[in-house]
Order: sequence, then structure tokens, then C-alpha cells
Amino acid sequence: MQAVKMVITGPFSAGKTQFIGSISEIDVVSTERKISSSAEKVKDATTVAMDFGRITVGDDLVLYLFGTPGQRRFDFMWDILSQGMLGFVVMVDSTKPETFREAKRVLETFESYAATPYVVAANKQDMEDAWEPEDLRIILRLRPEVKILPCVATDKETVKNVLLELLYSILEEIDKVEKAR
Amino acid sequence: MALKGNLRDFSTTQLLNLINLARKTGTLSIQNNGNSAQMSFREGKLIYAFMGPEEDNHLAQILHNAGKLSEDQARIIQARAKGTSDKQLGHMLIQRGHITQSDIIQSVRQNVLDTVYKLFTWAEGLFRFEANALPSPGHITIPIDLESVIMEGSRRLKEWEILQEELPNLDICLRFTDRPDARLQNINLTVEEWRVVSFVNPRNSIRQIARANNLSDFEIRRIVYGMLQAGLVEIIRPPRPTPQAPARQSSTRQEILQEQGIDDPQSPAVKRSVVVRLIDRIRGL
Ligand SMILES: Nc1nc2c(ncn2[C@@H]2O[C@H](COP(=O)(O)OP(=O)(O)O)[C@@H](O)[C@H]2O)c(=O)[nH]1
Ligand SMILES: [Mg+2]
Repeated sequence: MQAVKMVITGPFSAGKTQFIGSISEIDVVSTERKISSSAEKVKDATTVAMDFGRITVGDDLVLYLFGTPGQRRFDFMWDILSQGMLGFVVMVDSTKPETFREAKRVLETFESYAATPYVVAANKQDMEDAWEPEDLRIILRLRPEVKILPCVATDKETVKNVLLELLYSILEEIDKVEKAR
Repeated sequence: MALKGNLRDFSTTQLLNLINLARKTGTLSIQNNGNSAQMSFREGKLIYAFMGPEEDNHLAQILHNAGKLSEDQARIIQARAKGTSDKQLGHMLIQRGHITQSDIIQSVRQNVLDTVYKLFTWAEGLFRFEANALPSPGHITIPIDLESVIMEGSRRLKEWEILQEELPNLDICLRFTDRPDARLQNINLTVEEWRVVSFVNPRNSIRQIARANNLSDFEIRRIVYGMLQAGLVEIIRPPRPTPQAPARQSSTRQEILQEQGIDDPQSPAVKRSVVVRLIDRIRGL
């Protein structure tokens, strides 16, 4: 049995849990505790809110989806997750410009950890206040080859599209490496 | 769709950079403690801006501020010109020989720039971009390239923290963007900025450039930030650590991996066939 994984990361409340929930065949296993206040309060850096979802491909292959917060203090988790990871998705709440700086930081941190391809999901595009993906591309200073995709985490089709685009990027990367040989 | 937020979370240069790169047309309104300002853009060029009440931005006032009309002249003209648009008034003044067309253009341009530079000092304020909204046709609009405005704006940046946050790492290198429309020749750079430009090279880190030019961390950050926002240069990502870099062998990691049946982390990259199968599966979901 081969297991591969993808990581869904991004600022608090970007829609990571929802994203995994929309596509996972099991109910999302979430270690996240309900937090009463609006801000995220994780006092103990060793307890990490993490989601876990699964998509079975066949008897011999399964894809795991991990949702993990992007904050610095979870760096040690990232270390664990990035090993053997296929690729990752950075989720951004397109309606919350106050989180874009954080998203950029997450993106840059995680990019430095793993040489795997990633895509950015401009989430909550169903809301009126959502920034357009191409405006986000500029604000987040994405390189041209990094895809930014419109997403509504509650809509399975857009979630599928994000994962597929990530997989296409991974395929391109593999082909590039093979060609170089 | 919306383009709104608070200046707390963006610098004004960042917004202008966005408008410039995306070649946007429309009007950006900013509100801050009862003070308000507007900037209008056509295809990524600044064409109009004003701050405060409409009458302070009357053409007669602008010409007075620029020293082209005396205070009395300005007051009389403004009173008589009620209901006349700036454009009509401008034509009238030119025809009567009071003033030349280039006086008007220069004064209006300066007023727009003064407004924008004042905006650069606003640390917060709600902003909203109304796509395709433009000043009414009676206003005098003059297209101004944003690159120069952005460079000047970053020269006025005083907040060390913003720069620190935007450019945390000085051990990265820069290269010139290959944007075909990056117009270095249209931008006025200071001597120091030209020096920095002459050192831009994928092999020189920002820190090295600063050393070579005797610039403090703050000064080099400010210059590089301006050049980044103006789209002149881009960052080259530092080389990534190799995948086999000493991984932390914590028991936690092993436990989690075992629990979840994940392959050995040091396993080679996945095969193409695995990715193709994943694609097929997800397409079919
Ligand atoms: N309208 C809308 N709401 C969303 C979307 N994605 C997530 N949400 C909501 O945003 C909130 C935060 O989402 P959650 O998945 O918990 O974010 P997380 O902190 O990244 O795991 C929840 O109330 C979700 O229901 C979306 O695409 N559209
Ligand atoms: Mg969550």
C-alpha cells in the first residue's frame, strides 16, 4: 500500500477544514478545539490544530490530505508534513485583506521548506467582498509559474479543480526533471 | 468584485503597484478619521487625485498654490466660475491670456502628486477601488506613470517595521524584471538609487550591495522596496535546502508517520504513474 500526501495550509479561517471536508471520503478528523474568542489561541505550541482527510485511489494507493495552520510556531509540524509530500495548497480567504501579509509569509516559509510544487487557492470567491485571484497574485508576489485558482471550499467542483491543477503542476515538474536527465 | 481593505494591511505603494501591473481603470477612495482622498486611474496610469473638500481642489486654488494666481485673483475667479468646470475655466483663462496651457498642466500635475505623496504618510484608512469609475469629464486629467510615483513614495517611507516585514531577508539577490514595459529610463532615480541599480545582479545579495555602497539596513531596504514595488527588479529565491538536509529525527515524526501509514519520508519522488492515477481518481469524484 502506497500512501501519498498533500498539505493544505494557510492563515487561520482561510477554509482549510472546509476544503478537506468537501472532498474527503471520511469525515474530516480535526484536532482543532473550538475556540471561544475570534482570534486563534493556541497557548501550547505542542498542541496543533490539524485536519486529516483521505481519498482512496485503489487497493494499493491512497491520498491523504493534511490541513495545517501556517503560523511560524507550527514550523516543527511543517517539518514533519513536508517529508515525502507531493505538493501543497496555500489557501487564502479572499475577503480578508488583513490576512494577505500572513498568507505571503506562510507561502514563503513553506516554499523554503519543500521543493515541491504548490498552488494558491483564492478561497471564498462566492462572497461579494472577495478580491480577484489576479489581484491576489500581485499582492502575494507570486511568480508567474505558480497558479492561483478561484475556489469556493464548500463547492466540491472548485476543490477538485484546485487539486487537479496542483497535480498537473506536479506532473509538469516530473517531466521537466526527466527531460533534464 | 471588491478591492477593499485597510491601509494598515497594505502600503499605498503596494496598492499602486497592483493598479499599475494590472493596468486598472477606476477610482480609489480612502477614508481616514474624517479625512478623505480619491485617486483615479486609467489603464494603470494616475490621472487625477484630490484630498479634502472639493473647493480646495478648485482649479483657481490649484493655480494659486502653484503661484500662478494671486490670492485675490483666485478668490474672484472661483466665485465667478461657480458652475463652470475646471476644463471650461482653464480654456477661458488661456483664451484671455491670463495663463498658459503648460502652467495649467504643471500646476494640476503637481497638485495630484502632492495629494498622493500626502497619502503615503497615512498609516491607516479604509480604501475601496471602484472599477471603471472616473472623474466627470469636466475635470482636467493628466496621465502620470506610476513607477516614478511609487519610487518617490518609498523615499518618503519612514516606518522601519513595514520595510523589515516586507524584506526580512537581506541575503537574497535581485535581478531586473523582464517586463517589457518596465521603463527604467522614465524613472528619476537618486544617485544612491542609481548606485544600487548598478549593482543589481543575480550574484550580489542585497546585503553585499548595501556594504558596497555604505548603506544602512534601513536605507537599502527602502531603496530595494521601492524598486520592487515599481516593478524594476524582482527577488531571486534563495536556493532551497536539499531534500536530504538533516531532518529532525524526532520520535513524534516517526510516530505520526507510522500511525498514518505514510511512506518512508526519505523515499524517492513519486512516480509519474501515481500522479496520473490520482488525477483520474479526482476527476471521477
Ligand atoms: N462563503 C464561504 N465560506 C467559507 C468558504 N470556505 C470556508 N468558509 C467558512 O469560513 C469559516 C472558516 O473555515 P475553516 O475551514 O474552518 O477555516 P480553517 O481555519 O482554515 O480551517 C467557516 O465558517 C467556513 O464555513 C467558502 O468558500 N465560502
Ligand atoms: Mg480548520
